[in-house]
Amino acid sequence: MLIGRVVGNLVSTQKNAKLEGAKLLLVQPLDLAGQARGTAVLAIDSVDAGVGDRVLLVQEGRAAQIALGRGTAAVDAAVIGVVDTVDLVP
Amino acid sequence: MLLARVIGTVVSTRKDPGLMATTLLVIQPLNPDRTPSGRPLVAVDSVGAGASEEVFYVRGREASFPFLPAEVPADAAIIGIVDHWTVGA
Repeated sequence: MLIGRVVGNLVSTQKNAKLEGAKLLLVQPLDLAGQARGTAVLAIDSVDAGVGDRVLLVQEGRAAQIALGRGTAAVDAAVIGVVDTVDLVP
Repeated sequence: MLLARVIGTVVSTRKDPGLMATTLLVIQPLNPDRTPSGRPLVAVDSVGAGASEEVFYVRGREASFPFLPAEVPADAAIIGIVDHWTVGA
C-alpha cells in the first residue's frame, strides 16, 4: 500500500457495468515527507474518503476487487483507509 | 518475497472492514547488504512484527492469502520476521 492524498473526484456515466455505483477518486501518491511523487491514479473508494484526506491506496487487482466487493470487476486500485497518523522510527 | 525493515506504523480508524483486525506498518525494502532498496511502502502485518525489525514480505494478490478465509484488501503483507541472513560462503 502507498499513502496518498485525495485530490479529486471523478464522475463517469458510461462505464463498465461492474463499476456501477462505485465512487471514483483521483489520488496523488505521496512520499513519507508528504511530497507528491509519481502520477495521480484513479481508485475506487471503499471508506467514503473525500478531497484533502490522506489515505491508504492499494494498487493491485485482487485487493481492489475485495474492497469493491465484486469478484471480477476490472479495477486495479482502491482507497481502503483514511490515515490518522504515521509514526516513523526515529 | 523481499527483505525489508519496519520503519514505522500507520494508524487508520476509518478503513475497509477487511482491515479492521490488522496492523499496518511502514517498511523500507532492503538489499541483502542492508542498504535501502527503492521507496518505503505500507504493508499489512501477519506475523506480529514491530518497529526496527527485519522482515520479509510478499507483494501482489498473494498478500491477502495469509488472512484467508477473511478477505483483506492488501497488496503487500509481512509474512516473516528475519532472525538472520548470510550472503556468500
